[in-house]
Amino acid sequence: MRKFFGVAAALLMASAVSVSAMADDKLKVGFIYIGPPGDHGWTYQHDQGRIALEGKLGNLVETVFVENVPESQDAERTITRLARQGAGLIFTTSFGYMEPTIKVAEKFPEVKFEHATGYMQADNVSTYSARFYEGRYVIGQIAAKMSKTGTAGYIGSFPIPEVVRGINSFLLGAQSVNPDFKLKVVWVNSWFDPGKEADAAKVLISQGADVITQHTDSTGPVQVAEEQGVYAFGQASDMSAFAPNALLTSIVNNWGDYYIERTQAVLDGTWESGDTFGGMSANMVNMADFINMPADVAAMAEETTAAITSGDLHPFTGPIYKQDGSLAVGAGEILDIGTMLGMNWYVKGVDDQL
Amino acid sequence: MINYEAILLTIITASTPLLLAAIGELVVERSGVLNLGLEGMMVMGAVAGFAMAQVTGSAWLGVLMAMFAGVAMSLLFAFLTQTLVTNQVATGLSITLLGLGLSGLIGSGFVGMPGVKLESVSIPVLSDLPYVSTLVFGQDPLVYISIILVIGVSYMLKRTRMGLIIRAVGQNHNSAHALGYSVIKVRYACIAFGGMTSGLAGAYLSLVYTPQWIENMTAGRGWIALALVVFSTWLPGRLAAGAYLFGGVWILGLYAQGMGVPIPSQLLSSLPYVATIIALILISTNRRLSVINTPASLGQGFVPDR
Repeated sequence: MRKFFGVAAALLMASAVSVSAMADDKLKVGFIYIGPPGDHGWTYQHDQGRIALEGKLGNLVETVFVENVPESQDAERTITRLARQGAGLIFTTSFGYMEPTIKVAEKFPEVKFEHATGYMQADNVSTYSARFYEGRYVIGQIAAKMSKTGTAGYIGSFPIPEVVRGINSFLLGAQSVNPDFKLKVVWVNSWFDPGKEADAAKVLISQGADVITQHTDSTGPVQVAEEQGVYAFGQASDMSAFAPNALLTSIVNNWGDYYIERTQAVLDGTWESGDTFGGMSANMVNMADFINMPADVAAMAEETTAAITSGDLHPFTGPIYKQDGSLAVGAGEILDIGTMLGMNWYVKGVDDQL
Repeated sequence: MINYEAILLTIITASTPLLLAAIGELVVERSGVLNLGLEGMMVMGAVAGFAMAQVTGSAWLGVLMAMFAGVAMSLLFAFLTQTLVTNQVATGLSITLLGLGLSGLIGSGFVGMPGVKLESVSIPVLSDLPYVSTLVFGQDPLVYISIILVIGVSYMLKRTRMGLIIRAVGQNHNSAHALGYSVIKVRYACIAFGGMTSGLAGAYLSLVYTPQWIENMTAGRGWIALALVVFSTWLPGRLAAGAYLFGGVWILGLYAQGMGVPIPSQLLSSLPYVATIIALILISTNRRLSVINTPASLGQGFVPDR
């Protein structure tokens, strides 16, 4: 169903794109979005990045975006269209655009492409992603400090490495404060379903979780937390408006700096293909204000954030034990990036099976 | 420690939007019309209700506006399928697509705003009783409305002249026409009723369930409601049972996950549809069932002889 809608929307938007593609002297930068900028989550943050780019380099570049592009042949068509219309740099902002991006890039060698969260590169295709797990380590620590029951509830979307990594990082952070901290996980099998996410939050709360965190995109869960008087963390963008008393902080994706840097590189002629996996140090992952917590907890969170930013602290530093008790990372070692990217096991203490 | 009251409350919240949307569609299908536009009417109800409540500060005005938006969408469907006799399946699908797109457009200014919540009922003394308090007397008003609607529709279809006419139109529109009933008018009225309850279901999502507006927030509930109508074999009582069953299975699945019972969550998400397929198989193999309640003219356009 979403697909049909997406097709219709893509067609509509395609006509909008052709109107805005005019002035030829500026560098045209294109963006392909999986959802609407109004999702108040993933796409919203990418669009904020685009707006930041316009704000900074608006006199040199012109941005165009196409929203609601399905991860199918439509993606290829839409990317091709942008390239034909003279875009010099195109950001494709969802995992499923990986192959379409590579295909179109072959046909337009002079155009630069940037694909988010993928792993396929080419001479004119870079990849970029953010280390969201760094933020999850911080909120894990806060959760362990603020929880009275010693149990947090985690609302998962799909059991893919990206999400599993976040769960593990959250729990490792929590256990660094309280070694007996427990984590309950509920999967809703959707990135976006406010009702179901809210249900999952209610379920977790009734089972003793007094801190709720989520790897889904809607503000449903934080509203439930506000209503039921437990704590919650925001996802992707600052959600404090939806839970002024319950929200402790949000992990905020910040793409603006990266978009400005890469666009500047194209303008300077220094752009090269590469892979960026940036975290707090690259300013790609930010923490929103630490609110509704005692000063010492906020200070600890600030400190951890600073340590991760400076590189003194890596969330996946050993010893790390897997759920079955076997040692995954030896004491003092840091988990290698390959294992991290393909993570398909839980750390000890997760109350769930993969 | 299992908190039964919390489980039941969550099940009721999850089931009510399904029940609201489905009870209207049941009447529509009983009159021989298949409206696949449920999702579109629901999502329009959700956005209209949210917007109205946001602007006026009154959740009740939001509910009214949601009903109005649902009816407006359904009348468009009625005009196309009844007056112009277009294909009902294709028209219903386009109503869904239109609703999803249009609601996104209308709602774009309302994204990221915390909404107005429709307050739960509070009756002195009764709402303070132990155990039954919140469950029976402390729900939000739309829950009671949904139950009243089910009882009302059941009574209307079975016991009243109006119900008889609706069923006659759905069974054989030519005969009903020959008897002098206006098939088109009856169907218009039923479709509008379906639009109203779909709008209510949408209002439930944006004013009670999660008081906020996000694009596409119905997330497929219209389709589950459609499946429910078939599952119920077009009987209101079974429809209510089915809605609470679907809601219950989903919520209990989440509970099981939270308690560490290894049930694949993907399987649970598909259960309503599996149940519907089983219901369809039972209906088609059981002659008695298929003859009694299935509206024989379902999905067929009616063009009166001149």
